[in-house]
Amino acid sequence: MASDTQRRVVVTGLGATTPLGRDVPSTWQAALDGTSGAHTMTHDWVAGFDLPVTFSAELAVPTADVLTRVETKRLDPAGQMAIVAAREAWQDAGAPEMDGDRLGVVVATGIGGIWTLLTAYDTLKEKGPRRVLPLTVPMLMGNGPAAAVSLELGARAGVHTTVSACASGAEAVASGLEMIRSGRADVVVAGGTEASTHPLPIAGFAAMQALSTRNDSPETASRPYDTARDGFVLGEGCALLVLESEEHARARGARIYAELAGTGLTSDAHHIAAPDPEGTGAARAMKAALDAAGATPSDVVHLNAHATSTPVGDIAEARAIRLALGAAADGVAVSATKSMTGHLLGAAGALESIFAVLALSHRLAPPTINVDDLDPGVPLDVVLKAPRALPDGDVVVLNNSFGFGGHNAAVAFRNV
Amino acid sequence: MAMSEQEILSGLAEIVNEETGLAADAVQLDKSFTDDLDIDSLSMMTIVVNAEEKFSVRIPDDDVKNLKTVGDAVSYIQTAQAA
Repeated sequence: MASDTQRRVVVTGLGATTPLGRDVPSTWQAALDGTSGAHTMTHDWVAGFDLPVTFSAELAVPTADVLTRVETKRLDPAGQMAIVAAREAWQDAGAPEMDGDRLGVVVATGIGGIWTLLTAYDTLKEKGPRRVLPLTVPMLMGNGPAAAVSLELGARAGVHTTVSACASGAEAVASGLEMIRSGRADVVVAGGTEASTHPLPIAGFAAMQALSTRNDSPETASRPYDTARDGFVLGEGCALLVLESEEHARARGARIYAELAGTGLTSDAHHIAAPDPEGTGAARAMKAALDAAGATPSDVVHLNAHATSTPVGDIAEARAIRLALGAAADGVAVSATKSMTGHLLGAAGALESIFAVLALSHRLAPPTINVDDLDPGVPLDVVLKAPRALPDGDVVVLNNSFGFGGHNAAVAFRNV
Repeated sequence: MAMSEQEILSGLAEIVNEETGLAADAVQLDKSFTDDLDIDSLSMMTIVVNAEEKFSVRIPDDDVKNLKTVGDAVSYIQTAQAA
């Protein structure tokens, strides 16, 4: 099929397994209820390594409770989560009967199969190379979850993995849009997965002073925009969206959640980890997404912010939002759902795209919890404590995701 | 430490079940790993490595390709244990 940059792309299926629930409906409900997914970890290794951070936001329902024993043995936890989410997303889309040559997959990850990698390395050291299992490499490779999803669904239009730290999931959505507009696929299952609740990333993020250290109160540790925020809470999970050309979706009578109207990807070239404090790169991404959607700032009624709860990052993003939307930012209900889910790294942009889609289709913005004292440096209309109704009519919602390395991604959805 | 054919068979069936999910009683002496049990080469290597540990034997890669059936593997392990 020929490339058509104007081809409309819509969202027809959603799937997720998250710290708030084992699927999308339970996750969404828990978010509307203002539930925290963060808890004290009980693994032996927490005390064993004397980790400076003893809590995280782990899956509400472990994959071992959902998949067969053989499935869990043959996939890294990141791949296991991807299979759980892919099955839900595909069913939610109505399990379309289609030519696999026209079905694509883009599953992002920030870190990859770190559990497999490090467990296999321990085996190598303790027992020698003979005991390193033959599936070690396919399990640890970053594209492993994407490949597993393609095998599960018979997707043969192309399988890709976007890797841009915490922007990976949003970049996967952007990549899925491109696959359809370029004519390579009619349907793409796109999103991100992350299973790095492992002592090494925890130690590494803690060394950067990026993590909250509120060990005595995990549920209130993720507090984006609050004056007492002290870092993010590590989360895990997978979120996938079924993206589809509108033509294909209409032809099969699919239920349509929203139009994926445009995306914007930019880079800061400022610092390997710190965001550009002026937020210009992030603002360019938001503007690019709106331009691609043929929308203006005044069309935007809701924004799911990246807002990880770090002192510097939240302010830089707030500045970027003002820069991108100008005075129209006053009319945007901003939600920071990481206050509840923790930070799913490479899956964050995908999960928050799902939240944005659901906020649009239900006209209900999820709350931001734990904000006791809104930082005066955040000149935004933050949805606090309880969900807020969004206006009727033709509107646009945005999702922001930024990643170490200076990656900025913005995704715009419009009602259909 | 030599084990009986039956003991080795049931130990091997356990390993195959763990790796592939196949019911242990499907693992019979006359079954071919590839044709009957649909075990690919990566799974076969995992089974071999686990069998080496379980039965305290060494099964060199060059010998693995000669283990066509479950019975081949059981007698190989039995011989290796007796050595």
